[in-house]
Amino acid sequence: MKARIFVTLKSGVLDPQGKAIHHALEGLGFSGVNDARAGKLIELDLADGTSDDDLDAMCRKLLANTVIENYRIEKVA
Amino acid sequence: MKSAVIVFPGSNCDRDLAVAFEKAGGRAPEMIWHRETELPDDIDLIGVPGGFSYGDYLRSGAMAARSPVMQAVARAAERGVFVLGICNGFQVLTETGLLPGALLRNAGGKFVCRDVALTVENAQSAFTARYDHGESISFPVAHHDGNYFADAETLDRLEGDGRVALRYAEAVNGSARNIAGVLNAAGNVLGMMPHPERVIESAHGNTDGRRLFDGIIEGLLARA
Repeated sequence: MKARIFVTLKSGVLDPQGKAIHHALEGLGFSGVNDARAGKLIELDLADGTSDDDLDAMCRKLLANTVIENYRIEKVA
Repeated sequence: MKSAVIVFPGSNCDRDLAVAFEKAGGRAPEMIWHRETELPDDIDLIGVPGGFSYGDYLRSGAMAARSPVMQAVARAAERGVFVLGICNGFQVLTETGLLPGALLRNAGGKFVCRDVALTVENAQSAFTARYDHGESISFPVAHHDGNYFADAETLDRLEGDGRVALRYAEAVNGSARNIAGVLNAAGNVLGMMPHPERVIESAHGNTDGRRLFDGIIEGLLARA
């Protein structure tokens, strides 16, 4: 089974990379961009039957730093 | 006095830190590869050095923090062994939870590599005992992810408990309250972004860092 983990900075945490992306988009002439925040996608190829608890633990223990990041798990059939 | 310096794949300030430990303590530290699961029982001081452990993959210090050796370091810290984390080492210590907060990308987005002015905020810890409270010193920094973050409640607690060891005296990387170095509650673990080991002898052009290491040695002698 596959899972896609989206890791994003918590709101209120400064994202200089997002700001840089925002400025670069404006520099390219896209005027309608109000904000940009950059996150990560981690794709996992897992043994069938991997439990939700285990997936959650992977996120909490390594994939996301829960001091500053949120995570969202998407299971792919 | 026996010391150790942890080495991860990608650590590059381990040898400079070893020189600093040897100059101050009179004995070369044991260099401990990250795969070790135990540390010698009689270690008094552990250094977690700067560099780019695991290429800063995932998050700076994230993978290194999960190395078996860091569990041994955490147990040693529990027992009161001194632990000094510098730059990537500070990142590793926050990722292990030995210190609160996290280090984010520098606010300006750029890698900062220059000498910075600092104020010694806590001159009571062994690490800072050889400085005066409020003393102005200068250490070099070299980092991309040195922006210290913690929630307001944690920051207030750190300030209130005197656990902010060093503060930037100028804007450097956007760190909350300009915090440059933080102590754990027991005062035996210090994490800092600047590099004291780079300014310990006159050939470095600045010796402000020497007293940090001298302070640790004095602290250890006082315990003996």
